[in-house]
Amino acid sequence: MSLVYQDVEAVIAKYREEKTPLLCILEEVQEKWGYLPRDVLGYIAQRLEIPSSTVYGVATFYAFLETKPVGKYVIRVCRSAPCHVRGAMNVLETLKKELGIREGETTRDGKFTLEVTSCLGVCGVAPAMMINDVTYGNLTEDRIREVLAFYRD
Amino acid sequence: MFYRAHVLVEMTSGSIALGAAQLKEQLEREIARLGLQDEVKVLETGSFGAAIPSPFIAVYPDNIVYAPVSVQHVRKIVEEHLLKGRVVKELLFIGERGRDVTAFIPLSPMAKEKRVVLRNCGLIDPLNIEEYIARDGYMALAKVLTEMTPEEVIEVVKRSGLQGRGGAGFPTGLKWEFTRRAEGEEKYIVCNADEGEPGTFKDRLILEGDPHSVLEAMAIAGYAVGAREGYIYVRAEYPQSIRHLEVAIVQARERGLLGERILGTSFSFDVKIRRGAGAYVCGEETALLESIEGKRGEPRVKPPYPPQRGLWGKPTVINNVETLANIPPIILNGPEWFRGIGTPTCPGTKVFTLTGNVNTLGLVEVPMGITLRELVFEIGGGIRGGHGLKLVQTGGPSGGTMTPDLLDVPMAFDTLPRYNSALGSGALTVIDDTHCIVDVVRNFAEFFLHESCGKCTPCRVGNRRIVDILERIAKGLGTLEDLEKLSYLGHYMKATAFCGLGQAAPNPLLRCLEFFRDEFEAHVREKRCPQGICAMKPQAQPKKTLRV
Ligand SMILES: Cc1cc2nc3c(=O)[nH]c(=O)nc-3n(C[C@H](O)[C@H](O)[C@H](O)COP(=O)(O)O)c2cc1C
Ligand code: SF4
Ligand code: FES
Ligand code: FES
Repeated sequence: MSLVYQDVEAVIAKYREEKTPLLCILEEVQEKWGYLPRDVLGYIAQRLEIPSSTVYGVATFYAFLETKPVGKYVIRVCRSAPCHVRGAMNVLETLKKELGIREGETTRDGKFTLEVTSCLGVCGVAPAMMINDVTYGNLTEDRIREVLAFYRD
Repeated sequence: MFYRAHVLVEMTSGSIALGAAQLKEQLEREIARLGLQDEVKVLETGSFGAAIPSPFIAVYPDNIVYAPVSVQHVRKIVEEHLLKGRVVKELLFIGERGRDVTAFIPLSPMAKEKRVVLRNCGLIDPLNIEEYIARDGYMALAKVLTEMTPEEVIEVVKRSGLQGRGGAGFPTGLKWEFTRRAEGEEKYIVCNADEGEPGTFKDRLILEGDPHSVLEAMAIAGYAVGAREGYIYVRAEYPQSIRHLEVAIVQARERGLLGERILGTSFSFDVKIRRGAGAYVCGEETALLESIEGKRGEPRVKPPYPPQRGLWGKPTVINNVETLANIPPIILNGPEWFRGIGTPTCPGTKVFTLTGNVNTLGLVEVPMGITLRELVFEIGGGIRGGHGLKLVQTGGPSGGTMTPDLLDVPMAFDTLPRYNSALGSGALTVIDDTHCIVDVVRNFAEFFLHESCGKCTPCRVGNRRIVDILERIAKGLGTLEDLEKLSYLGHYMKATAFCGLGQAAPNPLLRCLEFFRDEFEAHVREKRCPQGICAMKPQAQPKKTLRV
């Protein structure tokens, strides 16, 4: 059994007691492997005895679940109104320029993926973005460069 | 161990975004450097509300607040205040009207503020159950388990007049009663912590600052309706809330406040956390249930409502975080006390989050019935940069659009609908008059387009068409007929969309089409954006523009 499947087994075992563990399992497998490869989805479907179309349907419904490889760091820029009226467009433009990619793309070195998202719930420090689990607010061009420098090395 | 001083560092997603974690590290380092680690303890705390800028440091028992603080201030605070006992005047937070905040914490910096659900936020260490208990925590649970029948609990909640704070304002007591009366052995309590409405972050601050208040309320709800299990559905964007909840649940179990035979009674109740995965529609209660059930978060047909058939088909109470945080004080102080706050038809307080082009951003808890003028101009300190007010979007894009003529309307669930508006989640997004209405409305429409679950056509296609038309208008290609189409589409969606998302989506559009008619007409008749924001250049017309 490949390494991935062993990991998946461990996650499935962890949620054995749960009635409907699919989403929990997908979230946790992704946390380990960065995204949800198709064959892994198939494997989970088989193990939980649910149609793989159902599993795929769930995996593609949620914005935080990725079915394609993403960068090591996923940058999500908030574009909801409270950030928008405080300059979220400039944040997005600065990131595009700094990273040399457009929204939905990953840098060639596989480090960064750039995405836009709805409100992150930190509008008190708008404009804001999230890099993996960490939120950054009060973004200016300088601060964005500072933050990126931190992740670059 | 006895510490002569406690230093509280604000540790919320908002303050972490501004470097609070590094701040705490630096504090601990400096304290150790001066050998004070056995005398001074560093703790994490939640937010103090809109009054105090992030991140802050509070020193007890001196009641001194330093804000906003950054890493380079730490050495001075430790050397001067903690070592030598001298307040660092230049970093001291001076409250409104020049008042020293040394008196702030026990009192309140803002006359209008009234803390019920935020009673502990910023005052206790949310990672230590002792501190919650020391402020009457779990007293309400003990009271209902030992002195009240489930029916009496429901009666108290009903008499309090508490209405759901998740947006719809449904009477909480009634919801509990329906669930109690529904047939079935197995029932569930679900806490809605999906908080996706743009501009809202009150639930996050409650969970980060006072997680036990929500756990206690869920147990009380469980006792009242006859449920043994609860789920908290927290959005994936809130890892800090999840962390605090996890710690709180473990601590509550250790003390027998969750789990089997709570406080030695025959009542058992436990809570599990479920994490969302980035879908706004999952805040809708039936979509949320689908998501807990491991499916795509698409709304269900209603009726049956969750109190009849909810999680796994069983009777279920779904309540918002803020709604639940009101429960322990209502049980302890009685329904009359609660009715004494707010308005006769909408009692209690509301947590508002001030966002957008206002001077002071943050959250504040005030009695229902307060006006927007007070919120935006007194508490929020007015519009940034001395600009004029264009509109305040209340309750996020799904809520209501309040134009400057409505500044003196009392804010409550029952008053705003009279003005085609809604209180919703309590988000207040202030937009100043330098913004273009087409651009603002398009931002709202893009949100709904992005978040539509795609289950029904009016919402899936309607939002697409609205965005396309607005883009056309912003490029100077709009016609008067387009404005009619927008209005037609909006009314059509309101009437036919399957769930609240699609039904509410056109609200800001319809209201703005009416109120800001001139501005829309300038775009389509004169091909001119009065605010100079829209490109008004046709070059990049979308390849496929859907026609109505
Ligand atoms: C599209 C949509 C999104 C919603 N999002 C939330 C949410 O994020 N949080 C919430 O508490 N309620 C949300 N609601 C309202 C819930 O459906 C439900 O009314 C609420 O959780 C009930 O709790 P309450 O009675 O305590 O307010 C949403 C409703 C709709 C239609
Ligand atoms: S109105 Fe929108 S969100 Fe609601 S069911 Fe229809 S497509 Fe989904
Ligand atoms: S709108 Fe950007 S964080 Fe809320
Ligand atoms: S974006 Fe249009 S008036 Fe401006």
